[in-house]
Amino acid sequence: MANVLVNAPKTAKKGQVVEIKALIMHVMETGFRPGTNGRIIPRNIIEDFSATWNGREIFRMKMSPAIAANPFVSFSAVASESGIIAFRWSGDEGFVAAHQVDITVT
Amino acid sequence: MNTRRPEPRGATPRLSEAKSRDPFCGRQKRGPSATLGATALCRRVFLASAAAVTIMPFAVHATPEALAAAIKEVTGDAPLREGKVTLDVPPLVENGNAVPLTVSVESPMTAGDHVKAIHVFNEKNPQPHVFNAWLSPANGRAVVATRIKLADTQKVVAVAETSKGEFWTVHADVIVTIAACIEGVT
Repeated sequence: MANVLVNAPKTAKKGQVVEIKALIMHVMETGFRPGTNGRIIPRNIIEDFSATWNGREIFRMKMSPAIAANPFVSFSAVASESGIIAFRWSGDEGFVAAHQVDITVT
Repeated sequence: MNTRRPEPRGATPRLSEAKSRDPFCGRQKRGPSATLGATALCRRVFLASAAAVTIMPFAVHATPEALAAAIKEVTGDAPLREGKVTLDVPPLVENGNAVPLTVSVESPMTAGDHVKAIHVFNEKNPQPHVFNAWLSPANGRAVVATRIKLADTQKVVAVAETSKGEFWTVHADVIVTIAACIEGVT
């Protein structure tokens, strides 16, 4: 299981814009680098990242090999209702990771 | 013990300078035989990297044309205007492997007028694409931050697509001292 670190506020006022940060451990191998044997190391990256708030998509990102290793993404969202913010990463070699955090909106 | 020892090692290794530079060689040094194996390994590593350096000029590189084509793919025939977008990236970075980048767009982010997508491109990495992010009024603010790799001193371009079908752009020049993406593992 991939190592995931998500930073989002636990509580927020309704209508407040909150910042959500998500970090995941991944090599993000570009597929352009020769390894120690001189051969190109095959590409292995995370291609898609998405975030949903109570099942409704709030953010989606398509990554390329130009995203640094251990991809970090920060975006904002309007606190609409209490519930779950779920994150999903998917990429090469069948890589899939998911994470979710709770948020209480008052 | 040393399973990665290469088969024949005819030539006397003369790579003392490479040996001192390569951290891998130092780690392998355990006994007389291991030292020999390690030096041969160093030679292999050295030759591999030398070969990599020689073929590097032929390695794929995005060009200003590829950048323009990639932007065209996103915008279509719509005009691209300068402004509204802010690209926050350091002007000089030491290590191109992780360059912090923040794109923010001036927008009220209402249902009628919001930023639909933010696209980031570069000029000289092997591929012109960096990322595409899709936003909605549920974001409240059109701000996306991430960390990217830059293979060379180059131009980074951000394009924002609004719900009205407008495209706004901005570019930033970044000087990179240690390249990323294509540098070999040594």
